[in-house]
Amino acid sequence: MGAAGRGSGERGAGRRWVLALPPVLVLGLVFLYPLALVVQQSVSPDGGGHSVAAYGQVFAESAFRGALRNTVLIAVGATVGALLLGFALALVVAFVPFPGGKALSRFIDVFLSFPSFLITLALLFVYGTAGMANGLWTGATGAAEGPFDFLHTPWGVLLAEVTYFTPFVMRPLLAAFSQVETAQLEAAASLGAKAPRIVRKVILPEALPALAAGGSLVLVMCLNEFGIVLFTGAKGVTTLPTLVYGKAILDGDYPGACVVAVVDIALSVALYGLYRVLSSRAAPAAPSSRPSRPSRSPRTDGVRRARA
Amino acid sequence: MLVHSRRARVCVWAAFLVVFLPVFALPFLVIVAASFATGWSGALPSGPTLGHYRDAVRGDALDALVTSLLTAAAASALALALGTWAALSAHALRGRARRAMDLLFMLPVAVPSVVVGLSLLVAFSRPPVLLNGTRAIVVLAHTVLVTAFAYRSVTAAVTRLDPAYEQAAASLGASPPYVLWRVRLPLLLPSLSAAAGLCFALSMGELSATMMLYPPDWLPLPVKVFAATDRGALFSGAALAVVLMVTTLLALSAVARIRTKATYR
Repeated sequence: MGAAGRGSGERGAGRRWVLALPPVLVLGLVFLYPLALVVQQSVSPDGGGHSVAAYGQVFAESAFRGALRNTVLIAVGATVGALLLGFALALVVAFVPFPGGKALSRFIDVFLSFPSFLITLALLFVYGTAGMANGLWTGATGAAEGPFDFLHTPWGVLLAEVTYFTPFVMRPLLAAFSQVETAQLEAAASLGAKAPRIVRKVILPEALPALAAGGSLVLVMCLNEFGIVLFTGAKGVTTLPTLVYGKAILDGDYPGACVVAVVDIALSVALYGLYRVLSSRAAPAAPSSRPSRPSRSPRTDGVRRARA
Repeated sequence: MLVHSRRARVCVWAAFLVVFLPVFALPFLVIVAASFATGWSGALPSGPTLGHYRDAVRGDALDALVTSLLTAAAASALALALGTWAALSAHALRGRARRAMDLLFMLPVAVPSVVVGLSLLVAFSRPPVLLNGTRAIVVLAHTVLVTAFAYRSVTAAVTRLDPAYEQAAASLGASPPYVLWRVRLPLLLPSLSAAAGLCFALSMGELSATMMLYPPDWLPLPVKVFAATDRGALFSGAALAVVLMVTTLLALSAVARIRTKATYR
């Protein structure tokens, strides 16, 4: 690609820049300009003029503080849960292969293309007041009510987010695992290392960049998650995105909604920046001449890489 | 192979299935099962019925499905055009300019979708452009949200395109637009259709920005699913969700067919 770009000569440099202009202008108009207006509205009270009074007002609300705390705690918890579960599952898929493993990767791809709120809907049938788990319990014990009543609490949101986001951790991990040399594992095993030690000393170091990148991506997505929290329908569980929705659509308080939105943007853009840094390190030293392929099939990709 | 003894291996697999099946496969089975039922108070749903599906394919629900399909088609076409143009022109840039393009076009991923919805509401409820309450604003929001994914797929594809083809075409006297149209875009076709499928699926399931923006006469399917479950009609919500999942899968597999055809050309 370098040769092609330079081959067409520096003479075209000006024109190339012009060609990039239309999409940038379009995105600027439909994305950056509206965001700028949100920031502007957050410092323009209804009466006119500019002030940051709205910020002080919103920061003082206990609803806002609760939402901020919920957002961060749930996102961190869900990320940790998804990392642990995703690491364990990806370990089995990659290193204790079983028949049907390929179908499983396809299943994960399909899983990723479904909207998140379906998970909450499903959990309502599994753990809801009139769901499978409670039905089993009342059927077995004859009690009037089942013991499972956590769906409308932060724990329900946490469970749904761990379920939904674990595959997002598994995909980069499977790609990273496919690059671990089997010979290395065999050597470690022949020297007497047991499986847990091999995982800790050989596999984990290889997987750390992928874990960091996958984890920070999931953290950003959890912070921004809206559907799961909305479907949980819990009055007690408010996060920043649902607070933005509530303030703007239910209360009609646009300046307030804009303040919360600005805080939310700052939080997730900062974390997204972290993700970009971590994932550019996780990309296995891809020189620009041989860019990394998107991991459609991590397996064959690894083979190809190993052969190259 | 990490675990050598057969017994240990079977144990690991059993543990895997015990975690994997309930956590990841069960949700979809449960939704499908519930969509055929009228009650669920035991281990299994009760009162088998096809009524939810009969309702799901007519009237309001059918309108919602059509709305979702049209929105997703329009948004993914727009996002594909914008994302491809941006990716191709960014590829011709280098250094700081290209990194700035990357940053700009990936930024919508980082901004919460609800905030994207709010920002469009704030920006287009005032002159010069009034879009609030129109169908266009929903399509616009979906386009903004999925363009990043189109951009990313096309960027990945364009960097691993073999430059020899376009150089050969150019050396034979083909003009840059001709090279783009007859050489580069056909070579990119498999990635373009993959990107289109991804954008379509994402737009079909988009809820957060849509909740902020949808006008009463343009109600996409996810909003309809939410409305159903919110008023307690969980089982008809499940049927609508199944319709949503099946349509998404059909669209994805249709796109995958285009892709395999394209690779054989």
